[in-house]
Amino acid sequence: MMSFGALSGYLLVSALLLAIGLVGFLVRRNLIVMFLCTELMFQGVAIAFIAMGKYLFDYSGQVMVIFVLTVAAAEAALALALVVLLHRQSETLDADSFGELHE
Amino acid sequence: MISAPLIIPKMIAMPAVPVDQVLDAVNLSWAGFILWMPLLSLVLCGLCASFKVKTKAPAVITVICLATSFVLTLFLWQGYEQPETIHLFDWLQVHWANDSFIANFALYIDSLTLLWMLFVTGLGTLIAVYASEYMEHDVGKGYTRFFAGVSVFLFAMSCLVMGDNLLMLYLGWEGVGFASYWLIGYFYQKPSAVAAAKKAFIVNRIGDVGLALAIYLIWVTFGTVQYDEISTVLASNSYESEFGGWSIQAIPYLLMLAAFGKSAQLPLYVWLPDAMEGPTPVSALIHAATMVTAGIYLIIRTYPLFLLDSHALEVVAWVGGLTAFFAATIGMAQYDIKRIMAYSTVSQLGYMFLGLGVITSYGAAYHVFTHAFFKAVLFLTCGAIMHGFAGQLDLRRLSGLRKMRGWKVVSYTMLIGCLCLAGFPFTSGYFSKDAILAEAFVTQGAGFKFLGWLAIFTAGLTAYYTFRVWFRVCAGPVHYEAGDDLHGESPDSFHPHAPRFAINFVLITISVGALLAAIPYFMPNQTEGLRGGWIAEMVNDSPASAGVPGSSESGTHMTHGTLHDESATHGDILGMNPHKAMYYISGIVGFIGIGIAFYFHLLSRTSADYMRGKLLASRATRWLPTAMENKWYVDEIYIALIRSPLWILGKVFSIFDKYIIDGAIVNGIAHIPRGVASWFSPLHNGAVQSYAVSMLGGAILIVLLMLFMPEIIEFSQSLFTPEVLDQTAQVPGGEK
Repeated sequence: MMSFGALSGYLLVSALLLAIGLVGFLVRRNLIVMFLCTELMFQGVAIAFIAMGKYLFDYSGQVMVIFVLTVAAAEAALALALVVLLHRQSETLDADSFGELHE
Repeated sequence: MISAPLIIPKMIAMPAVPVDQVLDAVNLSWAGFILWMPLLSLVLCGLCASFKVKTKAPAVITVICLATSFVLTLFLWQGYEQPETIHLFDWLQVHWANDSFIANFALYIDSLTLLWMLFVTGLGTLIAVYASEYMEHDVGKGYTRFFAGVSVFLFAMSCLVMGDNLLMLYLGWEGVGFASYWLIGYFYQKPSAVAAAKKAFIVNRIGDVGLALAIYLIWVTFGTVQYDEISTVLASNSYESEFGGWSIQAIPYLLMLAAFGKSAQLPLYVWLPDAMEGPTPVSALIHAATMVTAGIYLIIRTYPLFLLDSHALEVVAWVGGLTAFFAATIGMAQYDIKRIMAYSTVSQLGYMFLGLGVITSYGAAYHVFTHAFFKAVLFLTCGAIMHGFAGQLDLRRLSGLRKMRGWKVVSYTMLIGCLCLAGFPFTSGYFSKDAILAEAFVTQGAGFKFLGWLAIFTAGLTAYYTFRVWFRVCAGPVHYEAGDDLHGESPDSFHPHAPRFAINFVLITISVGALLAAIPYFMPNQTEGLRGGWIAEMVNDSPASAGVPGSSESGTHMTHGTLHDESATHGDILGMNPHKAMYYISGIVGFIGIGIAFYFHLLSRTSADYMRGKLLASRATRWLPTAMENKWYVDEIYIALIRSPLWILGKVFSIFDKYIIDGAIVNGIAHIPRGVASWFSPLHNGAVQSYAVSMLGGAILIVLLMLFMPEIIEFSQSLFTPEVLDQTAQVPGGEK
């Protein structure tokens, strides 16, 4: 049985991770850093799931995290491949230099 | 009301054609080949075109087919006894409750039809022979197209003349209009030819509206469009006066509109002079000899309908008489010989309508017959000159052809044509024109005496302008300048090439025909009491027999409010019998016209220019030569009164379309989504972080919504509950 105080700590860490990731994603221009920030946000959410699962005696929290990790792994592979390709195309990793892709 | 289940068994049960007509069709069905031969020629010409034949084969095919038609017509005429209907096939048959509309593809052969068909197919064949040489510059290019057009024309004209009902006449009427358009626009690379073709087509459309409406009214009034049934209904006086009885009055005027359009009368004549842009054989065949007489044919065919109305024929006479005079004045002042002949055609057609108007369908038909020959000769000689002198048609730049080697045939056949047209005594034109002129004084009608004198004066003008051409071009010292249609020759080394066998043969044949056309006048009549020879015999057997001298029917009709009875109200001219007096009067008038032309255009050519200069110099008379040379500004009047208003209207519509329909409605509606999108499109800027911010904003919005959902629902309910509304209504402005 997990105390409410412990839960608050976990959730606080989770919220911090999410916030750091969000801010990092919004302010950094390097594609790899931005990608790392998304991973941070994922992990923040995952911690919240685990903590709540433990607190509520519900294993669906852990199941959800396994899904999140799987999706994150697949997405990491895809995103890294894209980053590599974009780098090959234009010798840069600056997100702003790919702005014309919106057309 | 029409109901399909009722009609169908009826259509099967009712044989539309009586048995005796079917038997006739078995006997005479070969007459259909008069129609089918030109059509066959069209198909073969089409094959020639698709195999890109580069020889004169299309001409040979056309001539053989048309000659077959002519020979068949001759056989039909030889074996002719009484009017007959030849049923070829069922065309349009619609039956309903107690009414029906029947228009079969059937031929109605009476002597009038035969008279027309004889010269249509005969001249058609000869002119096709002529064209085989005339068009030789175009072998392999437009040669096939030309002869295909001639075949279409002959087919349509045969439909028009031989059909047994008005709908078939309409088919032919539109067909000849189309063929005329096709052939006027033959030189389709010349803008003027294209414009002329369009003009002819559009002006004819105006007349065609009249014809279409007239056919409808005839069907409504008489319940049929077949000639023989119309006559039956008329004879029994059992037609219905629908629409308060005005339809029977309206029919002749609508038919008149059609006839005036096709036969180039005031005010719809403007297309005919421009139609001379087509190749000359076309001008000779379609725009002089045959197609333009379709209007006369239409009125002769429906003559009884005109006799029903007291004023219809007076209108015909006035329009015809004025056109004859008006066109002659224009023809006097032109320099292009083909154009002079065109105005002369308009003028002569005016005579024919005058003849119809003063109730001598005999005179009109006779003049159609003689005119077909001599006008064809005149046009064909003009064509030969144009062909030989590289398109030169200006009578000031040609002279003395008579003395040039190889041009004798052209000069003397042209002289024959001119003599006939001028009404020189004992030529065919003399007799046919006199028949009309004399009748203008015999028949009582509003202003007919004036029209008679006007027509006599016009006869003098005709003699003058006809011989102006001949004395200028064929007589006098030898002099010529080449035209601008040199086919690669240089103007300095130009040699006129005289016509060869085909053209000379045709010219001689038709001019002999023009001379022999006087003979029918002297042929004895078989029918008792009839006068006027073979033509009278031919017309007497048709619906127009009221206009034949001595016919059993003439004198029985009430016309113009007086009895057309020769003994009672026989008109006179200067106290003499018009028929006798006219021989002398028109002969003298013709001589005077020729004499004036002889003085001004052969004896002392400078005096013509001197007189023109004198007229132009004086302020009081300057308008006369100017207006005549500019065709009385009729084309300009048309532009001012009809074309410009229509152009302005079109411009207004175009602006309306551009700014209201396209601008406001179509593009306006398209602007709405575009405007809405312009508010949001800055969001789609390609910067990943800005997308992330909007995502974050969205996420925050959703979170806020979820957190405060109960409050939001409560607030919105408080807005729309009826109690709240009622309270505000009961206490206006009473919120505290």
